[in-house]
Formats: sequence, C-alpha cells, structure tokens
Amino acid sequence: MIALQASLDGILLGILFALIAYGMALQWGVMNIINIAQGDLVILGGYIAYFMYLSGIHPAWGVIVSPIIMYFVGIGIYKLVINKVVDRDLFISILATFGISILFMQLMNFAFGADVVLANSGYGTTMLFDNSVVLPNSKIFSAFISIIFAIGLVIYMKKSKLGRAIRATAQNARAAKILGVDTEKVYAATFGINAALCGVAGALISITFTIHPYMGLPYTIRSFMIVIVAGLGNLPGVAMSGMGLGMFEEFADYILGTEFRIGSVFLLLVLILVYRRFKLSKKREYLK
Amino acid sequence: MKIKNIIITFVSAIALLLSTSAVSFAKVVGDKIVLGAAISLTGKYSSNGVHTQNGYNMAVDRINEMGGVKVGGKTYKFEIIYYDDESNPKRAAQLAERLISQDKVEFMLGPYSSGLTKAIAPVTEKYGVPMVEANGASRSLFTKGYKYLFAVLAPANLYLDVAIRTAVELNGGKGVRIAQAFEQDAFSQDVRLGILDAAKETGSEIIIDDKLPKELNDMAATLVKVKQMKPDVLVVSGHTKGALTAIRQIAEMKVDVPMLAMTHCDAAKLSKQHGKNSQYALCASQWHKTLTYKDDFFKDGMTYAADFQKLFDYDPPYQSAESSAALLVFKDAFERANSFDQKKVRDALAATNMQTFYGNIKFAEGGQNVDKPMVLFQVMCDSAGKCENKVVAPLKWASAELIHPIPKWSDR
Repeated sequence: MIALQASLDGILLGILFALIAYGMALQWGVMNIINIAQGDLVILGGYIAYFMYLSGIHPAWGVIVSPIIMYFVGIGIYKLVINKVVDRDLFISILATFGISILFMQLMNFAFGADVVLANSGYGTTMLFDNSVVLPNSKIFSAFISIIFAIGLVIYMKKSKLGRAIRATAQNARAAKILGVDTEKVYAATFGINAALCGVAGALISITFTIHPYMGLPYTIRSFMIVIVAGLGNLPGVAMSGMGLGMFEEFADYILGTEFRIGSVFLLLVLILVYRRFKLSKKREYLK
Repeated sequence: MKIKNIIITFVSAIALLLSTSAVSFAKVVGDKIVLGAAISLTGKYSSNGVHTQNGYNMAVDRINEMGGVKVGGKTYKFEIIYYDDESNPKRAAQLAERLISQDKVEFMLGPYSSGLTKAIAPVTEKYGVPMVEANGASRSLFTKGYKYLFAVLAPANLYLDVAIRTAVELNGGKGVRIAQAFEQDAFSQDVRLGILDAAKETGSEIIIDDKLPKELNDMAATLVKVKQMKPDVLVVSGHTKGALTAIRQIAEMKVDVPMLAMTHCDAAKLSKQHGKNSQYALCASQWHKTLTYKDDFFKDGMTYAADFQKLFDYDPPYQSAESSAALLVFKDAFERANSFDQKKVRDALAATNMQTFYGNIKFAEGGQNVDKPMVLFQVMCDSAGKCENKVVAPLKWASAELIHPIPKWSDR
C-alpha cells in the first residue's frame, strides 16, 4: 500500500513537472535557449491564480486566465531580451535568462511581498483501498489539467499552421526562413507558449503547494533535468521521465529519508548522463 | 564639457557634505543617542524585517515621548540609522562595518533572523560595540563566547521543548513517541536539538526524524510514515513554508495525530490562510499579547497590541514585540551605566534584570535571555470558522485549556 501511495504521489507530482519541462524542451529545441527563468515564470503564473483567489474567484480559473496573461508576458520578454540573444551561443542565453530570473524574483518580492502564500481550492481528498491510500483532489486536478494542456499542445503542434512553422524552425531555421517562415514570429510565439505553460503550472502549484518569490529555481532545475533525461523534441519521453523522476523522488524520500531526496535525484541524473555517454561513445567513429 | 565638470563638482560637494554630516550626527551627539541597525527591508526576509523595524520605531517614539534616556543628569533621545541588508548575510556584515567605522555608531540593534545576526555579531564583537538583538535565536549565537551580544529572546532550542513536556505530562508522565520533520537550516536544527534533549530527559522515543530540504514544499512522504507509525506528537519546523505546507498536506491526507506542534504559525498567518484546517495546531511563540507581563512604557501586552494596531494597522507579531523590548533594555542599561562608555554599557547590559511587557529579561553568560519561557498557543476556531490563537501552555499564562488529543478528521 505504501509503495502504491508513494508511486501515485510521485506520478501526480511528476506530471506537473513534466508540463513545465515540456515548455522548456519546446523553446530549447526551437530556439536553442536554456531558460533559467522558467521557474520564475511558473511562480508568476502562481501569483496570478493567487490574486484571483484573493479577489474571491476560485483559483482553478487561474488555469485559464494565467496562461493568457503569461503568454503576453512571454512575448514581452522575447521582444525585450531574448530576440537579442537567440542566435548567440548557449552561454549568452543562459546569462541573459539568469538575469531575467533575478529581476523577476526581485520584482515579485517587491510587488507581492516576501510572504509564503497559497490558494485554497477546497477540493477535498480521495481515499482508496479502505483509507490506506490518500490522494488530495487538488493533486489529481493538477495532473489532469496538465495532461489536457499537454495533449492540446501536441495536437496544436501537429495540426495548426503555427505549430508546423514551429516544428519546421526547430528542424532547420535557415531552411524554414528560405521557405517563407517568419522565424522571428515563430520564436516569439514559442517563447509565449512556453510562458503560458508555465502560467498553467504556476496556477496548479498555487493550488497544490505554496508559492514564494524566491521559489522558482527548484522548478527550473527539475524541468532541466527532465529535459536532459528525455532529450529534446521527445514529448512522450518528457512525460515518462517526469513521472519517473517524481516516483523515484518519493521512493527515495520514503526509503532513504527526506534529506536524501534531492541528492538521490542528482545521483540518478549523473548515472543517466554517464550511461548516455557510454552508449554514445560506443557509436562514435573516429577519422584517423 | 564645462557644464559636466560643474555638475560633477556640485554632486561631489553634496556627497562630501552628506558624508560629513552623517559622521557628525552619529554616536552620542547633542541630546541624541544614535543606534545603528541593518534590517531586511527588501529580499526574502522583508516582511519580518518590516515587523522588526516597526517594533524598533514604536519603542523609540514611546521612550522619547516619555522623557527619553537620563544619563549623567541629562536627557537624551533615541535615534536609529537604518540600512537595508537585502536579506543577505554578506551585505549585513558590510553594513555593520559601515555603521561602526563610517557612521561612528557606538551601539547596535540586531537585524532580522539568526543567519544575519550570525553575520553581524563578529563585526560588533571586533569593535566592542554592544548589540542588543531581538530576532536571532539560534543556539550557536550564544556558544561562541561573544561578550557584546545580548538577545532578548529565548534561544531556538527551547521553542518546542514545552510541547514535548506537555505531551509527556498528559501521558501520565510516561515518555511519548515523537515524529519530527525539520528544515535543514541553523534555526530549525536548533529547534530539533531542543527536542532531542527534551526527549532524552523525559524518556521519549523519536520514531521519525526527517530533515526537510530548503527548497521542498512537499512533505507527503513524511506524512505517509506518520500515518503508518502513529506517533503521539508530530513536530514540524521549516519557517513559514514548512508551517503552511504541513497544515495543507495534513488536512489533505487526513493525517490523524494527537498533538501537532510547529513554529512560525503567526508569521505564516496560519489561521488566516488555512482557516479551520489549521485548528488544534500548537505553535511556539516568543510572546503573545495576552501574557500579563508589565512595564511603564507599554503597560502590558494588550495595550501594546492596541497601540501597535493603531500605528501600523495590523496585529503585532512577536517579532515586533521583541524588537520593541530591545530598546527598553538599552534604555535601562544606559541609565544604570550612567555613561556612554561602551564597556560600562556592556557591563550594565550583562547585569540586566528587568520586566518588560514582552517578558522578563535577564542575560546568561552567552547573551541569551534565560528568564523568559516560550509560550505555546493553540489555533482554536468557533463554529463560524473564525480562528484565534489562544495561549495554552505554560499553565501560568494559559487563556484557554489545551484541546488534547486532536479530534480525528473523520469526526470533524
């Protein structure tokens, strides 16, 4: 039963992380930018839901309002900063987004205060197997919404014109440009979509966990790891590695103790990277 | 080019003027005693930093209004130079240097949080500047042999000591089974050491001992263990985030535990953010307005709370009360020393033995206040869902009876 509880907790948590990671993978793949400010966008999205909650609107509506606002925030960031670093090397983009991250943290702290806040959904709890497995409905709701958004995005990417343009740009920006794709627009839209995904995730996090202006970095790191494990442009991989990491975390927490939770996740990351290198080096051929 | 030169000269002249005037009004000049303080006005501690500053300011105004400080037959007024330390220990230490060596401040008030106090204490100690601090409770502050550091608050290891002792008492003097989860920072780990001591003395057993990482806001795994092992007491300390997360997940996972003891409940505005779900939680507090300590300046806790409410439009958290108390201690020490000599003031501080609205104050060798026990309050809600914090232990100050054990979720 405990194994089941830990697995379910981990899976629900992992799905939420996977949504954030998906956004990161998308814009990493398309624009070759590692967005350190990813987590801060999530937190900002969370504050939007929180303020809706404060003004008497149910925070679940944040799932719709937050991505709309965040989409424009994303476009704004792109126009101000990202479009100047998009063709430069990875290091420049990391520095730029790191700067955005610090700026966002301070601005949120300035605007919303340093208190830890949360939005209460009042969703109650689901008990399974004679009360031995307990699942907060807010977590189930989060996972459900995350899946809907992920599926929606996949379909959008496949069917819509912009989606095709984004995929074309990801494959070969130059070729796409020659064939008439306005890559500038594609980049802006990609960053906007990523920010909107962060907005959804943020709203869900304000319902399930807590938010605070300085809490963004863990989400960046987690999504970074998920993307590294899954690889770019591999959505099922992102979902699987998100859930896998979530489960692994919960089990590590339960078996080894909470203090080893993050450590064991990093250990796993190292193992995966070493394994990948090992596999790659087997394939590598040298010209002599 | 000429205009630029003129502007530069003008600006530097003003800067020079400002810097010299800063020196001239610092330390004890005319009828003013100037105290220095680095406070977190921005950054992650800014809410509590503001509580601290409000407490200081309120006490300064009150003492000045009521005749100021009498030294050598002359009356002096308090004044405080504030700098914003941005919640950053390095910055706090720099600012302490600056206050002492540039602004020539001879007496300091503490910053907010144990971490920042730890950063500043070596500096004040180096220059022999007496510092009365009100917001650094970490035990390690008091074991370093600092001679110029005085804290009006009880050290961190005593925060939840009362809870364990109360649980043992309710268990007929027999030891209890404790589950605990603490964040891995200096303060929370000190609280943990206090629990370990209390457990040892009372013959209690610690069955779950989790350490929560700083960035974590999910403690589901710990709670699964709690559900399974059914301890008598669950202790959680992880600042406001820990308190909020614990209540949220305990309510969501319907974890039944006879006693739940925490820190940082009022900073987290538990009862406001969680309403009825926070009911029955026991919270450690340095102070509560219903305590019956008295002094001449603020009268008692209730009056202090009412006056504070009038000035700042919110109920004073204990961080404000203890900060106000720090100035009462300084005033008392100056008058007893009857001098502004730093050594004499330091000795007078060390000999402090007084009562303030906030509690009795008497410093041990290490500088911690040993004459003021912690109090425990319990969140109690009426049927309309309005929640209030009521002191339940120690019995001497209790304004309500402890509800124990906590009713099961299925019966609520």
